[in-house]
Amino acid sequence: MAVSSSSFLSTASLTNSKSNISFASSVSPSLRSVVFRSTTPATSHRRSMTVRSKIREIFMPALSSTMTEGKIVSWIKTEGEKLAKGESVVVVESDKADMDVETFYDGYLAAIVVGEGETAPVGAAIGLLAETEAEIEEAKSKAASKSSSSVAEAVVPSPPPVTSSPAPAIAQPAPVTAVSDGPRKTVATPYAKKLAKQHKVDIESVAGTGPFGRITASDVETAAGIAPSKSSIAPPPPPPPPVTAKATTTNLPPLLPDSSIVPFTAMQSAVSKNMIESLSVPTFRVGYPVNTDALDALYEKVKPKGVTMTALLAKAAGMALAQHPVVNASCKDGKSFSYNSSINIAVAVAINGGLITPVLQDADKLDLYLLSQKWKELVGKARSKQLQPHEYNSGTFTLSNLGMFGVDRFDAILPPGQGAIMAVGASKPTVVADKDGFFSVKNTMLVNVTADHRIVYGADLAAFLQTFAKIIENPDSLTL
Amino acid sequence: MQSAMALSFSQTSFTRPNHVLGSTGSVFSTPTSLRFCGLRREAFGYSTSNQLALRCERIRIPSRKSFQVSASASSNGNGAPPKSFDYDLIIIGAGVGGHGAALHAVEKGLKTAIIEGDVVGGTCVNRGCVPSKALLAVSGRMRELQNEHHMKSFGLQVSAAGYDRQGVADHANNLATKIRNNLTNSMKALGVDILTGFGSVLGPQKVKYGKDNIITAKDIIIATGSVPFVPKGIEVDGKTVITSDHALKLESVPDWIAIVGSGYIGLEFSDVYTALGSEVTFIEALDQLMPGFDPEISKLAQRVLINPRKIDYHTGVFASKITPAKDGKPVLIELIDAKTKEPKDTLEVDAALIATGRAPFTNGLGLENVNVVTQRGFIPVDERMRVIDGNGTLVPNLYCIGDANGKLMLAHAASAQGISVVEQVSGRDHVLNHLSIPAACFTHPEISMVGLTEPQAKEKGEKEGFKVSVVKTSFKANTKALAENEGEGIAKMIYRPDNGEILGVHIFGLHAADLIHEASNAIALGTRIQDIKLAVHAHPTLSEVLDELFKAAKVESHATTRTVSEKVVV
Repeated sequence: MAVSSSSFLSTASLTNSKSNISFASSVSPSLRSVVFRSTTPATSHRRSMTVRSKIREIFMPALSSTMTEGKIVSWIKTEGEKLAKGESVVVVESDKADMDVETFYDGYLAAIVVGEGETAPVGAAIGLLAETEAEIEEAKSKAASKSSSSVAEAVVPSPPPVTSSPAPAIAQPAPVTAVSDGPRKTVATPYAKKLAKQHKVDIESVAGTGPFGRITASDVETAAGIAPSKSSIAPPPPPPPPVTAKATTTNLPPLLPDSSIVPFTAMQSAVSKNMIESLSVPTFRVGYPVNTDALDALYEKVKPKGVTMTALLAKAAGMALAQHPVVNASCKDGKSFSYNSSINIAVAVAINGGLITPVLQDADKLDLYLLSQKWKELVGKARSKQLQPHEYNSGTFTLSNLGMFGVDRFDAILPPGQGAIMAVGASKPTVVADKDGFFSVKNTMLVNVTADHRIVYGADLAAFLQTFAKIIENPDSLTL
Repeated sequence: MQSAMALSFSQTSFTRPNHVLGSTGSVFSTPTSLRFCGLRREAFGYSTSNQLALRCERIRIPSRKSFQVSASASSNGNGAPPKSFDYDLIIIGAGVGGHGAALHAVEKGLKTAIIEGDVVGGTCVNRGCVPSKALLAVSGRMRELQNEHHMKSFGLQVSAAGYDRQGVADHANNLATKIRNNLTNSMKALGVDILTGFGSVLGPQKVKYGKDNIITAKDIIIATGSVPFVPKGIEVDGKTVITSDHALKLESVPDWIAIVGSGYIGLEFSDVYTALGSEVTFIEALDQLMPGFDPEISKLAQRVLINPRKIDYHTGVFASKITPAKDGKPVLIELIDAKTKEPKDTLEVDAALIATGRAPFTNGLGLENVNVVTQRGFIPVDERMRVIDGNGTLVPNLYCIGDANGKLMLAHAASAQGISVVEQVSGRDHVLNHLSIPAACFTHPEISMVGLTEPQAKEKGEKEGFKVSVVKTSFKANTKALAENEGEGIAKMIYRPDNGEILGVHIFGLHAADLIHEASNAIALGTRIQDIKLAVHAHPTLSEVLDELFKAAKVESHATTRTVSEKVVV
């Protein structure tokens, strides 16, 4: 192909020319292969299947570091077609180019879950691969059940395919009473159908509330359990409502006129889910005042070298945790302590309508400069939504700092899976009296730790805080 | 180059001399512009003295006096008695085709009248290209403002975009009015007589208009255009079942509209309606959406213009019966299989737009008076737009241009045909090369094309024994497109690798409709790739998309251009 552009967009030619190889070489070649996850039939509860079989899900691969979702340009193979290892199965369009995606396994393309022209997030199943021909049917039913997961009744094979639904005869004489006469065919708007497909909602099961009883996009959204988003034409500017757990209570008061409902983004949904989960953990809180004069002086000294306050605090917390491993532990099953092998400090960061916790791994071991550097990198990635999962979900202890807003003290919610979280307030000049009764003004910062009382007890936390305060008050060890 | 010129001369005899006219005009106005000398000298070789005279007239045209002089000069040149007719040329229909012909006729010194039974401007200005561009300008902006991702990628924040339907409709209507006035004034200013009334052919060189006004002319051009085609079984009520005529008034924006036909008209309206919040269902009789486009382009266009939008479609079906909404019932559309004619489905929608093409408007034209039989309503013509009668012989002095002859139903094609006819009647043979006429669909992004599609070119190559090559480029490789965050798009060129002839160019992407002309001009002028690839494009511009095509093409023969620079001494 005589094209000098590096990101030539052509499906037809790409699939049969060698140029896809050169595209692929621009990203890590290992990324180009389909990601597979084996699933056993046991995961589908409704069918009692005893045969163990190998059905693999074909995943949307990450074709570039910036790719969050991909669009299926075309399926090269059709359902039921045999695949040999290394063969191209599907063409995926990333934010950069179209690429052929190959299979790692021999088998049959049993079912296409995400059709051509549709998009799926990286990691989502886009198709099913059966190992033998016999399993194709099973995989298909699995795919079908996937797409109608909201239906409670299991086995009822959905009524004849939509396309062949008996069309009301042309000579249908008086459809005036149309709404009541017999089994009416489903009428759904184009967007409703698209959404149903996207959210795997069986359109036949949705109750239509639109004009003439038709199923509209908002009906599908309701059925899928999403707050119906208003038509994109004239939604009032959405003032993001404060995140409250209230949203889940069932008896919501009716909305005030002209109020708006803004559905959560993926990140906001994740926050919400975590917050609800946190309610099942018995937590308690311990506060501690820390003199920061020495820390402030140190900060002034190392600041020109790129060291941030976050790195200083993370390092201090890491060193204190090293001496109090139980605060760095977590309680996974309610029966045991899980001591973590490394001290990974997650730091809460607010980003544009969301909240994420990039993790400084081995905060006790890395020196301040490396930590600062690492932190800068993580924040950059967080802003551009490029954090890899291990960079935000591997924390063993969380640090949340609202001091920069002038907050003097606050109380944090313990994230699920961790033993403790530290809430750091602002450091402020405070009048303190020493043991001899002399008053002086010292910079004091209040820290408040929330911990899981199943594993961390009051004395543990107090001792940890004492250590932490000592490190902050004599910060020379931080620079070692 | 010389051989190439000779080859293309018979086909494009008009374009070369016309080029002369243009360049000499510049020379006259800017005598210091020496750059043109080289071209001019060479081009003079093709000019006859007659053309030189015409060239001079061109400068003086605006005055009434010279008009008369030139009229007689031209008639004399043709050897016909000058004063026995009311007019040299009568054009029936003041659409874009008639207007283009009239203007050119005046330029050629013909005494011209134009007959219009409705409003000046015809379909294009009043019920077609012009108001639809106004709506599409709105839809393009709405689409952009609603596209949060797009805005965000610019770092822009826009709070909810909304629209006022009446305001949008007014914009379309105002634009049509403005263009209509411009058209009328341009003809009046040049001295074209605008005769009001329905025109028909009474006999050879005789036309009736209005109640009983009879006038004669040496030559007559029929340019009566077309009306929306409504297949039988479809009841148009103008409110819920509509044609493009109604849709352009934008009296309502239905929640859900079915569009019957996925050609240019249907596509453009789907762009408008979805941007304004409607959901759209396409009904297409052929097996694929967007028939008539290059397959690769339509495939990509479908991925961009159809799939991500609130649009679904039924292909391979006819809408056999469409009943407007009434008695509290929605619009009912009955679909039958296009091949088996079996009933397939019934749709219930809020409105239906019939965009199944256009039918020639030739009824009551008095064609029987000159023994002309229409074919499916179209007036049969030869390659010079001369009307052919029922016996297959040419009707003297009668021409038909535009949608009424069905050769290429585009406004600018009608205009080009009109100009071609005027060239002929003013004494110079001319055949229009239809393959050089570009076409555009003003969706967001736009689609444009000129010449053959890839399958057509391959077929032709096979038949005539030449190789066909294709070269493509993506808008993702164009700096300006990326700056606009509009990297979605593709351009492809189909050409002959042996001699560098451009057979077709197809573009889908930002401003495709404006980009196509470099290619269409190259085809019209017979410019070869090996020559045009040396031309310079400003950087960074979208025009580099075409530059990329020209440069990427592999042509066996070498550049033949007498490079202009060699002859210029500055």
